[in-house]
Amino acid sequence: MLNKFPLWKNILVATIVLLGLIYASPNLFPDDPAIQISHENIEVTEIDVGMATDALRAAGIDFFGDELTDVGGLIRFNSLDDQLRGKSVIEQNLGSGYIVALNLAPTTPGFLQAMGAGKMNLGLDLQGGVHFLMEVDMETALRRRMENTLSTIRQELRNERIRARSITLEEINLIELAFDDEESRNQARSIVRDNFVDLQIQARERAGRYLLALSMTPENVLQLERDTIAANQTSILNRVDSLGVAEPVVQQQGPNRIVVELPGVQDTAQAKRILQRIATLQFHLEAGPGASPGTYETYEYQGQQIRVNNDVILQGDRISNVRSALDQYGQPQVVINLDAQGGSQFNRITRENIGNLMDILLIETRTRTVLEPDENGEMVERQETYEERRLISHAVIRAALGREFVITGLSAREANDLSLLIRSGALAAPMYFIEERTVGPSLGAENIAQGSQAVLLGYILVLSFMLYYYRLFGLAANIALVINVILLVSIMSIISATLTLPGIFGIVLTIGMAVDANVLIFTRIREEIVSGLSPQNAISSGFDRAFSTIVDANLTTFLVAMVLFTVGTGPVKGFAVTLMVGIVTSMFSAIMVTRAIVNLMYGGRKVQSLSIGPFIKA
Amino acid sequence: MALFKSDIDFMSQRKRRITSTISGIMLLIAVLTLIFNRFEFGLDFTSGTLIEVGYPDSINPELVRQQLVDAGYEQAVVVAFGSDRDLLVRLPVDADEDDLEAASAASSLGNEVLGVLQQVSDVPVEMRRSEYVGPKVGAELAEKGALALLVALGIVMLYVAVRFQYKFAVAAVMALAHDVVVVLGIISLLHLTFDLTVLAALLAVIGYSLNDTIVVFDRARENFRTMRTTDPEVILNTTLNQVISRTFVTSLTTLLALFAMLFMGGEAIRGFAMSLIVGVSVGTYTSLHISCNFLMYLKIQKEDLAVPIKEGEEIDSMP
Repeated sequence: MLNKFPLWKNILVATIVLLGLIYASPNLFPDDPAIQISHENIEVTEIDVGMATDALRAAGIDFFGDELTDVGGLIRFNSLDDQLRGKSVIEQNLGSGYIVALNLAPTTPGFLQAMGAGKMNLGLDLQGGVHFLMEVDMETALRRRMENTLSTIRQELRNERIRARSITLEEINLIELAFDDEESRNQARSIVRDNFVDLQIQARERAGRYLLALSMTPENVLQLERDTIAANQTSILNRVDSLGVAEPVVQQQGPNRIVVELPGVQDTAQAKRILQRIATLQFHLEAGPGASPGTYETYEYQGQQIRVNNDVILQGDRISNVRSALDQYGQPQVVINLDAQGGSQFNRITRENIGNLMDILLIETRTRTVLEPDENGEMVERQETYEERRLISHAVIRAALGREFVITGLSAREANDLSLLIRSGALAAPMYFIEERTVGPSLGAENIAQGSQAVLLGYILVLSFMLYYYRLFGLAANIALVINVILLVSIMSIISATLTLPGIFGIVLTIGMAVDANVLIFTRIREEIVSGLSPQNAISSGFDRAFSTIVDANLTTFLVAMVLFTVGTGPVKGFAVTLMVGIVTSMFSAIMVTRAIVNLMYGGRKVQSLSIGPFIKA
Repeated sequence: MALFKSDIDFMSQRKRRITSTISGIMLLIAVLTLIFNRFEFGLDFTSGTLIEVGYPDSINPELVRQQLVDAGYEQAVVVAFGSDRDLLVRLPVDADEDDLEAASAASSLGNEVLGVLQQVSDVPVEMRRSEYVGPKVGAELAEKGALALLVALGIVMLYVAVRFQYKFAVAAVMALAHDVVVVLGIISLLHLTFDLTVLAALLAVIGYSLNDTIVVFDRARENFRTMRTTDPEVILNTTLNQVISRTFVTSLTTLLALFAMLFMGGEAIRGFAMSLIVGVSVGTYTSLHISCNFLMYLKIQKEDLAVPIKEGEEIDSMP
């Protein structure tokens, strides 16, 4: 039978359309402005939520739907204004340690949530907020690693009683050891080979000295860069948490960059201050009373002057986890975990230094504004970065320490502060802002309004034209076009794609281009009628013959959209995503859905003529 | 409204000379304007700081510029944006590409400028958006953008060569390159700001124009295999007359959607919509008048499309 879908095909089309409707529907339920309450270290309880709601009642702010979720307390508000006032009231009443974040709570009915149906995310250009692109200073990371290696080698040679004339960091990735005799050099070479698998060793001779040149292999440099960016990402995540942003995005981009997106944040200066508190940790031993000048520096710690030896015994990037906890006697302590290499290194050094003091230095890179005269003698402001080094822990080594050790003898508050400091300092390299985009909330709302108006107008124009030009067939194409956008929205929701302003325009463009497949088919059907086929045969052959053209034309466009997706960042990526998804959905809806509708109209009946627009006299 | 009368002459020697001349002139103008007019590159490529501020009433850009100059920002450029209440403030960044610290320090310029404006103004000044692009990022983006265009063309060439035949691939890519150059020329002539969205529009134009060209070639392939005549001129002419109505209808619906975007989408999307409108118009002209000219230059003939025994047969020597 011509132009009758078998039952299974009709059911398939109907099912896909139904699923599309279900998964697109959550986007119709607007979110409630809400506040999310969590705590840095402990579980939030009903009591905390109760305190917050009492405070809100006392301040006379309307709220509803307070509940305890798996991410902490959640309180909903009727307006954004109430939400903002509520936030400051709750912050004042709950005290420190609590994180009070603005959030949007979904109002999607439970059965939809149970099916895993969610919304599209709105991009920053639609909801306002700030986007940072940060670059990690890999040079510094490498130099620090090499300095760390150098001091370990110096220690090893000293242990083995091998005299080196000099040990210097010649370049960022080149350590040079100089010896007076070949014997020492060869001993040193075997020590380095056994202890540092990540170094390439070259023996040289120069001016009667025997040299060893050590550098990290390219693969190991790459591995270091990977570890560094991971550490930086973790620490940014921790810092962003303290900003109290509901749904921050922290993503790696390329080998040395991190994208940070903070929806709803307007105060970029504060966000940058917190993100830029770039810190590293170093563990040192205390310099003994007989230490020669130049091998130590003096720091102040709780009113005493402490001499800290310059050699680094452990870098912060070896730390894998830090938490403050209580020991079996209920005393606060800070628990630090190290990675394997850090653990063995630390074990060796602490075993030799039981009873000595260990110091932890936190080195923060900060920026400050300085006033200085320019060439015309006028005072101008300039930003400069500087290192602030501070001693954050000074404790006796009681035993040989391994991959997990604790620092005790602190008050609860000190333990909490120290664990936060160490966590933020477990960062391997400084980061710099190389791109920043802020969108105000009013512009975001405007963008949504303008975008939806454009979609609507584009829709009306295209639908009217198709109806006029192709009559009943145009109606079929229009139904398919509406289903097309529903499918597009549902797929974007299922993959949790982010909708951006260019994404909305991608949808508009898709609407314009999606009818192309139908136009191809209808033009073919007309041609077949003109060339003398019966209406039923014309429909069938029109659909069939247009098929390969549609596939070819759409596949190539899809390839171009893929290029756009791989090359583009942010907004352009958003445009490419809607374009790609739009091509897939429009192929399905133009071929399958239109065919199903046309079959319902004409299939299996005697048909004299087709309502496919005015004809040309052949 | 009837279908287009489809016995237009596209392919005679005379007609091809005319259309090729028109294209030649367009390309020449495009190249000249690209040389002398250049582009007004947007912040994405030039690097620097841009702030859009909103005032409650209409505001004179010159007044605001003076305020900034007085505060020590001599290089500030201030222009009205969209309405007379919104302004764009642009500031260059003068940091070396590899100097991360300087680039990072320059990122707070936007906040400083906003602070200055809010301080000297006696009405509230609203920050609508603020963007900073560091020198390194801008330079990389320009490189990536050019690469994207080339990669897109290369992929297209490969696909068409495999699906059709190499002459079609060469013709398709030449037609696309022609479109890109002409659209770039018009962007430069109209002084549209060349930013990321315009680059996206260019790639979308490639996609769209290719779509049109493929439809023509697809039909041409079919006709080369089924028509009795061997004269490529006749075959291609028939092809174009068959697809012209489809091409017009699709271009019309796409342009309708694009004009909706232009009128409703506001200032931020103007460049994108304009580039696409130009691109779709040029692409339509190209697919009807130019792409088949390239096929004729490449001496396409029936044998090229004899149903292949196997894909990837020996390519006969280039003409």
